[in-house]
Amino acid sequence: MAGHTLRWAMVAAVLVAGCGDKPQQNGDSRVVLIGQVSPLTGPQAHLGKDNENGARLALDEINAAGFTLGGKRVVLELKSEDDAADPKTATTVAQKLVDEGVVGVVGHLNSGATIPASKIYSDNGIPQISPSATAVAYTSSGFRTAYRVMTNDAQQGSVLGHYVVARLGAKKIAIIDDRTAYGQGLADEMEKAAKAAGGEVVAREYTSDRATDFMAILTSIKGKAPDLVFFGGMDPQAAPMIKQMKQLGMQAKFLGGDGAQTPKFIELAGADAEGALASNPGLPLDAMPGGSAFKARFEAKYGKIQNYSPYAYDAMRVLIEAMKRADSSDPAAYLAELPKTDYQGVTGHIRFDAKGDITGGAVTLYQVKDGKWQTLETVQSAK
Amino acid sequence: MDIFLQQLINGLVLGSVYALVALGYTMVYGILELINFAHGEITMMGAMVALAAIGALALAAPGLPGVLVLGAGLVVAIPVCVALGLLIERVAYRPLRHAPRLAPLITAIGVSIILQNVAMLIWGKQYIPFPAVLPQGRHALFGANITDVQIAILLLTMGIMLLLILMVQKTRLGRAMRATAQSRQVASLMGVDVNRVIAATFVIGSALAAVAGVMVSAYYGLAHYYMGFLLGLKAFSAAVLGGIGNLGGAMLGGLLLGLIESFGAGYIGDLTGGFLGSHYQDVFAFFVLIAVLVFRPCGLLGTRVVERA
Repeated sequence: MAGHTLRWAMVAAVLVAGCGDKPQQNGDSRVVLIGQVSPLTGPQAHLGKDNENGARLALDEINAAGFTLGGKRVVLELKSEDDAADPKTATTVAQKLVDEGVVGVVGHLNSGATIPASKIYSDNGIPQISPSATAVAYTSSGFRTAYRVMTNDAQQGSVLGHYVVARLGAKKIAIIDDRTAYGQGLADEMEKAAKAAGGEVVAREYTSDRATDFMAILTSIKGKAPDLVFFGGMDPQAAPMIKQMKQLGMQAKFLGGDGAQTPKFIELAGADAEGALASNPGLPLDAMPGGSAFKARFEAKYGKIQNYSPYAYDAMRVLIEAMKRADSSDPAAYLAELPKTDYQGVTGHIRFDAKGDITGGAVTLYQVKDGKWQTLETVQSAK
Repeated sequence: MDIFLQQLINGLVLGSVYALVALGYTMVYGILELINFAHGEITMMGAMVALAAIGALALAAPGLPGVLVLGAGLVVAIPVCVALGLLIERVAYRPLRHAPRLAPLITAIGVSIILQNVAMLIWGKQYIPFPAVLPQGRHALFGANITDVQIAILLLTMGIMLLLILMVQKTRLGRAMRATAQSRQVASLMGVDVNRVIAATFVIGSALAAVAGVMVSAYYGLAHYYMGFLLGLKAFSAAVLGGIGNLGGAMLGGLLLGLIESFGAGYIGDLTGGFLGSHYQDVFAFFVLIAVLVFRPCGLLGTRVVERA
């Protein structure tokens, strides 16, 4: 009997606790919950924490300035969740946030986690802005709730294709991809744009995201004497690839996407990394319109910026700006305002196209010089 | 022509690495009729341990010549891998020697997963750069390029294979191994200490795996906790292609698989006019494997009963 009573008591306690999480009336101010999801554990935890801090900084600033909706004071509260960069966990925490009653979400960090979660937000009508998911599929599913503030892979690939022909003067181009959604998507767009700009694609080769030996495909490419080799894939493949290009005595330039534009690439490729080119969506921090001011405010509170926190900050700002315009935190009401976004953020001017992608996003090119990535130049996406 | 020669070099280097790992599979299979799926992971452990030793040495005594540093890495990696091989045999295979043949196969897979996870816990999930300790020289050869590392890999594997054949054919241990391979029971009746012979097989196989792991890492310049899986799978296929249980077969199978992959990836796109690209390189390799097995179920050099190992 005692066990039975205890169980009912626990159920009651859970119910009461559950109520506590709902938006509540508190005097004349009320609490509005906004979700943030990124990997807070695992190898990408530092990036995930960075996103969380970026979103939190935006919230804290807005709360400190005083935020009102419908004439009532509103306190914004951040609900931060860990998806461990895992698609399955991502859907679980997305559902959890929906159940807790968040009115919007900044996240997730990885495309692989963002895409499955986006269906849950869409089903429940919760607006979502990803700071850093770049896979095309995220916004091409036709979900009205899915937005992002970073240039996507297709836009990046298209900028690169045009850039290598028009700016680097490469006429014969060889393209390799790792057959992942990311690598292939990037390489396909790059190929289209390079051809449109008048370049000739002399070789299109493939590898996998597990491979370390590229001698055979590189030898075949070498026989076609390209001016440039483009690789759509990640740094564990890009690094041995550039090493093997040097081993084969290839003179062609090497260009990678953001998967290769990492410190790890230089660490793995060593001296052979010298001269390699790679791109990353967006602007380098010191070239962002609000970069230095953001850096000062962020670092005073959280320490060094890792990577995407300015984007998480902007995503949060854009979300709340839409609430302001709608004068409501009701997801259905302010979702209608998101397409009209025209916001000067830290990372640049943010406007969305019909799919929820950012228009006219920037892509920055980097080159390894003296064992470090140095900024070459920033190109605006035509799309 | 220069492209052809380059692909030949690529294929031979890749193939000799496969061959070295394939020997480990084939020796154990020859004697125990067991597919030691943990062998690929021992290769990975060899690379990781050597890497750790090289790192420690670089801190303790910087400025040593590269060959010496790599040698020191091997000197540490080989005993660790040998001990690991012996331990696996003792813990995971010997208690199951009279069990149905599926049981040790499952423990082999289990051991392989355990080793991967242990390596992940110790060294993390990241790719680790393998320092460029070997001379990075490059030589022109009729329009193709061959590097010092590639020459070293070719010479080392040839030497090891030669020694292994001599050992199996000419020494007492080799004779005991051949006898055990033919019939464990009869060999033990003739006074052969079967357990010792099996242990010796694991010792030799694991030492070869350690050498192969260090070579692969030095060649590609990186190591990773998962690197043993794919390498093990390819080497196992090479052993089957050549005829599993047959030493010469493992060498032939390894070299052949390396060459098929290299020429497949290099020429398949051009030969089919871009219809099939280089992502069909593995399909191509395994198609050859299936074709060989259809016509010669025991592999190229495999025979149904006669001597194994």
